[in-house]
Amino acid sequence: MWSYLLKRLLQGILTVWFIATATFFAMHNVPGDPLSDERVMTAAIRANLEAKYGLDQPLMTQYLIYLRNISRGDFGISFTQENREVNDIIREHFPVSATLGILAVLFATVGGVLWGALTALYRNRLPDVLIMFLVILGISVPSFVVAALSQLSLVNLNDFFGRTILPVAGWGTVSHMLVPAMVLGLGTMAYLTRLMRSSMLEIVSSDYVRTAKSKGLPPERIFTRHQLRNAILPVVTVLGPSIAAITTGGFVVELVFAIPGLGRYFVEAVQQLDYTVIMGTTVFYGAFLVFMVILVDVLYVFIDPRVELN
Amino acid sequence: MIDKQADKQTAIVSGDEVFTHSAGRRLALYAAYAIAGLVAFIYVLNLAIGGTGSTGSTGAIDVENNSITIALRQEPPELDAGRATDAISHIVLAHVMEGLIAYDIDDNLTPGVAERWEIREDGATFWLREDSLWNDGVPVTAADFVFAWRRVVDPASASQYSFIMFPVKNAEAITNGELPPETLGVRAISDRILEVDFEQPTPYFEKLAAFLTYYPMRQDFFESTNGRYGADPDMMLYNGPYTVTEWVHGSTMRWVKNPLYWNDEKGFLDEIHTAYITEDVNAKLNLFKDGQIVDTHLMSPMLPEAMEKRWQIDRSMDGTVFFLEFNHRQERVTRNRNFRRAMQLAQDPAELVYKALKEPSYLPAVSLFPAWLKGVSASFLEEYPPVKHQMNLVRAREHLELARQELGIEEFPPLMLLTDSSPIGMLSAEYYQQLFLKNLGLEVRIDPQIFKQRLEKMRQGEFDLVMGGWGPDYNDVLTFGDLFSSWNLQNRGRYKSDEMDSWVRIAQSELDPRKRMDAFGEIQRLLYEDVVILPQYERGFSFVVDPRLKDFKRRSVGPEVDYNYAYIDGTKNSK
Repeated sequence: MWSYLLKRLLQGILTVWFIATATFFAMHNVPGDPLSDERVMTAAIRANLEAKYGLDQPLMTQYLIYLRNISRGDFGISFTQENREVNDIIREHFPVSATLGILAVLFATVGGVLWGALTALYRNRLPDVLIMFLVILGISVPSFVVAALSQLSLVNLNDFFGRTILPVAGWGTVSHMLVPAMVLGLGTMAYLTRLMRSSMLEIVSSDYVRTAKSKGLPPERIFTRHQLRNAILPVVTVLGPSIAAITTGGFVVELVFAIPGLGRYFVEAVQQLDYTVIMGTTVFYGAFLVFMVILVDVLYVFIDPRVELN
Repeated sequence: MIDKQADKQTAIVSGDEVFTHSAGRRLALYAAYAIAGLVAFIYVLNLAIGGTGSTGSTGAIDVENNSITIALRQEPPELDAGRATDAISHIVLAHVMEGLIAYDIDDNLTPGVAERWEIREDGATFWLREDSLWNDGVPVTAADFVFAWRRVVDPASASQYSFIMFPVKNAEAITNGELPPETLGVRAISDRILEVDFEQPTPYFEKLAAFLTYYPMRQDFFESTNGRYGADPDMMLYNGPYTVTEWVHGSTMRWVKNPLYWNDEKGFLDEIHTAYITEDVNAKLNLFKDGQIVDTHLMSPMLPEAMEKRWQIDRSMDGTVFFLEFNHRQERVTRNRNFRRAMQLAQDPAELVYKALKEPSYLPAVSLFPAWLKGVSASFLEEYPPVKHQMNLVRAREHLELARQELGIEEFPPLMLLTDSSPIGMLSAEYYQQLFLKNLGLEVRIDPQIFKQRLEKMRQGEFDLVMGGWGPDYNDVLTFGDLFSSWNLQNRGRYKSDEMDSWVRIAQSELDPRKRMDAFGEIQRLLYEDVVILPQYERGFSFVVDPRLKDFKRRSVGPEVDYNYAYIDGTKNSK
């Protein structure tokens, strides 16, 4: 088990290094640079800035300096927020994205598993048709539409009651988080519902379920032990990447609900070509994703007795 | 036999029915567990967070605490005034800092830290008031300006806006690393008297002195921050009507009334809470509707609803003028004046604004100089009316024929129109594409690029026409007037004319206001005659303010929103 973990960890580090390198060179090949602005700088002012950020060095030197710095965990200073370290940005804003993400994943998983089981149980009957219709909506309607619509409904809700039931935007208390987390988790919830449903249906017609039924086991026991527990495995598989995707992909929700998460910094950095923030967030997210995938593989051992780590 | 089989099927179906029923009940039980678990989790989360740094919801206006809540478009990236370049930092700094000179609510210059000043041919003198204090009680002195200005031009600070200090003697040489910062032409004669030497006569220097790059900075405090000046509220020193007391990055700020601020005519609110940071105009509108923020701007699709709600909609120009800039480089057909004249005669900015863009707050541009600029004593455009432009397709085609002969070509190559990828940018580009095809038979290819890539293509000259805009730094015609001098780096189309250069030189240093404005009149004439650009529109904003808030100001020059003079209705008299 430990040697397996070590191997996966080394692979992970290699993956992150590859991500960092690819991002570094792709980023430097985009036309323009972090210093270019609507207002053109004199050559001397530009040179002063380039010297300050080390952009006057050859690209390979910059790359090596960069690798040395990230191996020490130093991502440098942001180009757009000139007195903030990228480490500070990640430290202050990732917890926000993570809190929102965890809540969204909880909503998505609980909802996905329950709806999925329900639709499979009542296959082709009213609850199934209704829920699957909503699922298709949930998958196909983009999050910026859902976010905007749900915010508008909040305005109307508060207007109807004449007082603030739930805040329209902002951050700080749990009441600020509920609606954004639901919006953020909606797509995943829809996806998990579908996954859970097909996984359940496959198991319902499997031999061991039929055997269990013919043995006369109580339905509750068959449902819980034989159906739910087995059907949930594929859900766990996609959960790891889903957590990473939800936690990192909150840009739209963060923008609409004015939430100070890392997703906004990530997207804005790319638009602004803020080299250090792009690198910092990409490497951080890359490492996070790799970690989640490893974590899920390890969790498998506990969920599925057939799996061994080798 | 047949009956038996039917029986068996019924048995299976009813068996399934029983199973579904029991399983469904079990599922319902699990659902109840899950919901209970979620509620418990949220409850614990709530206890753990406890509402620290919360946006709160005191509403847009809190009369009892004399405070208002606003939203900012972005996190202010740089609150070190000597290095700030962006609009959002400018908004924050304009409320917490003050320079030698300020703007009053009617956009006239008004005393700031300096109670009076004198601009001469070779320099300027500022007499500082005694009661202007930093928020720790120490007086603002002339030495604070000397330190701040030297720092701006010092190459080590790498301030992008150091160019705005180039009228001060030796500033450019210092930025270029040719002279030490101590040689900058600024001296503290005493604590109260600041003396400035000019590189060349700078009649508009008082307008520069109101700009944020010229704000003061105290040496001992700056050095105590170890290069982190402006990063957090306690890493800043304030001398303006408000101070920043709380700043949760990316989320909220609190600006609290500065009790040591000298001017009774500014800073009437006890607190300005910037509770939301979002660029999403729809989200801001929703916050306004919900009564959470005092003002927001409105895009044209929002106007019908706003009118239905009977909001009072105001309009203000944000100061920026947009124009199509030609590429005057040798290898481009747009270098030919007759060609440019043909395009000029084939379009009309009024049609662009009223028929294509349909933004009611936009104004068709008649010149490079916007309508709000002041001339000698009245509006510049009234004193120096530009050529009255009229679309004339017959003459346009004549000029196009002349261009064809002069350039010696049969077919004009497709024109590359470089634009930003915003909806407005694309809309105008498509309008021109269709217009020039219909009126002149010219093929226009649109090249939409995101910000940095567009800048790079502009720098390289990879365009025939580029859609550009220019916003003012200071409230003087020169902030637009020198754009097309041959040495201006902003002149990306490389227009070069000796006549233009000589008029710009006069405009920069002529002391007689009438002669100086005459020079701008000539620049305006030349821009039209030489068809250097095609003016498009002046950008404006429709906006709505909570009617209880008075004297809120949106500016064309300086901070785009200004709450320095704002007060809640009914509170001002009691003060």
